[in-house]
Formats: sequence, C-alpha cells, structure tokens
Amino acid sequence: MAYPTQMGFQDAASPIMEELLYFHDHTLMIVFMISSLVLYTISLMLTTSLTHTNTMNAQEVETVWTILPAIILILIALPSLRILYMMDEINNPSLTIKTMGHQWYWTYEYTDYENMTFDSYMTSTNDLTPGELRLLEVDNRMILPTELPIRVLVSSEDVLHSWTVPSLGLKTDAIPGRLNQTTLMASRPGLYYGQCSEICGANHSFMPIVLELIPLKYFEKWLLTML
Amino acid sequence: MLDADAQKPPRGKWSTPPFDPRFPNQNQTRNCYQNFLDYHRCVKTMNRRGKSTQPCEYYFRVYRSLCPVSWVQRWNEQIREGTFAGKI
Repeated sequence: MAYPTQMGFQDAASPIMEELLYFHDHTLMIVFMISSLVLYTISLMLTTSLTHTNTMNAQEVETVWTILPAIILILIALPSLRILYMMDEINNPSLTIKTMGHQWYWTYEYTDYENMTFDSYMTSTNDLTPGELRLLEVDNRMILPTELPIRVLVSSEDVLHSWTVPSLGLKTDAIPGRLNQTTLMASRPGLYYGQCSEICGANHSFMPIVLELIPLKYFEKWLLTML
Repeated sequence: MLDADAQKPPRGKWSTPPFDPRFPNQNQTRNCYQNFLDYHRCVKTMNRRGKSTQPCEYYFRVYRSLCPVSWVQRWNEQIREGTFAGKI
C-alpha cells in the first residue's frame, strides 16, 4: 500500500502494472535526459561572454533537432500503444464480481453461483487495532483468488465514484446507470489497498477499497462459509 | 418466477459469462440488459409454444452474473407492475 515519503509507484501485483512500471521508467529517463540537456544548455548560454551576431541559416542543426525529437516520440509511443493493446486483450474470466459505489461505501456482489452481497465500510480511526492502517482498512474486504483473470463490473447506486487499486494498475469510474468492465489478475497473494478516486461528497476520502488475494482453494473454502 | 431470489440457477458446470463479441468494450451495460431481455422473451415464447424453458437458463445465468442485483430487482418490480420499458 502507500507509505510515508513514497516517491514512486507501489510495487506491482499484476503483469500489466509491471509493464506500466517499466514504461514509466523508460519515459521518465527520456524526460530526465532532455531536461538535463536543456538545463545544461541554458547554463552555458548564461555564463559565456562570447557573442555571435551574424547567424544567417542553420540548416543542419534544424534538421537534427526536428528528426531526433520525432524519433524520441516514436520510441515513447510504441511501448505505450503496446501496453494499451495488452490491457484490451480478450481473456476468459473465471469469475465475475460487481462493485457498486454508494455514498460512502462499496458493495461487492458475487452472483455467479448464489446471490452473495456484502458492504465494505471504512474502519473508523477509533476502532483500529494496533498495526492497522488509518483511513485504509475496511470491515469486509473483497476476497479474490490469485492468478485467475477476474471480470470486475463497476457501477454506482448514487453519484460518481471511482474504484481504484494502484498496485494492480486499476482505476475504473463508477457511473450510475452504466456498467464498466475491467479485468483483474493478481500474480501473488496479499492485501492491496485503494481509495475512491472521484469526488463524491463529504466522505469521499473515507471509502477505501481493500482486496484480499488468496490461493484458489482457500477462496473456495471462504465462498462455502459465506453461502 | 420473476423474483431474483426465488430463481436458483440449475446445477451443472457454470463458471462465469464468456466473452461476448457483441459487447467487446468497456461498457457492458447493454450486455446485462440484452441478456435480461433475452431471458424474458425466451421464457414468454417457450411458454406460448408449450415447451420447456430449460434453454432459457443460459440467459438467466448470464444476466444474473452481469447485472447488479438492484437493477434486476427494479426491473422485475417494473415487470410486475407493467411499467417495464423494454419490449418482452
């Protein structure tokens, strides 16, 4: 989950998020290189007493500083489009779960087999046990099996919300009257936290999302206890 | 028959609705609604012809997996009252 003085993304828990991390590293490196080159050039310009007053044309350098940025942009665009298409790949989900946003909590519906629905409210700060995370813990976590593609359908029962889990690279808007689909595939078990990402009223900051990813056989056992 | 709670899916191998190429994008609203309509139309037609409604169970399971419970309850209520907007 997020931690104090964090500078980068959370560790990836899904293959897509790993790809996004690599892409971000690649693009940020290009940004840093260009910025340092520009800063260096500016510093040179400001610290010289030499002058040159009769430049007429600069065909060669103009060509270079047109072609080179075009190449750099292509080098950014290609990996970006690759990941975009990867996110849209058709997969065969093993499970479908609906996430309904309310003011100010989430409801999770597991209706592939029986009608199982439960609410997920934030644990208030007074009720936290030592070691728990303030403003991030919930009473009922969304429990899911690892390493299986899961179809998550996000909607809302009142106003706009947004269902987010940064470590899985997920952010899907919850729009009343609309059913938005996203695919979740966690590579490893664990607890993954997120927060509502669309302003939705007084307690917008207090309706977090917690995913508890467990191996399939424990997930099946849990399902049996819930039904 | 229209109450979502009273309808239990038949036993057998059901995992989750497969990918439907008619609805390939992020917005699955129509996928849910279409299967709901198809189930009711199928049941109405089968009943009119005096046949078993067993083939309609596929649509039932798909809409139950995809559609939010509150939407299904609202639509069933509208069907009961005769105010449902869709053509069944």
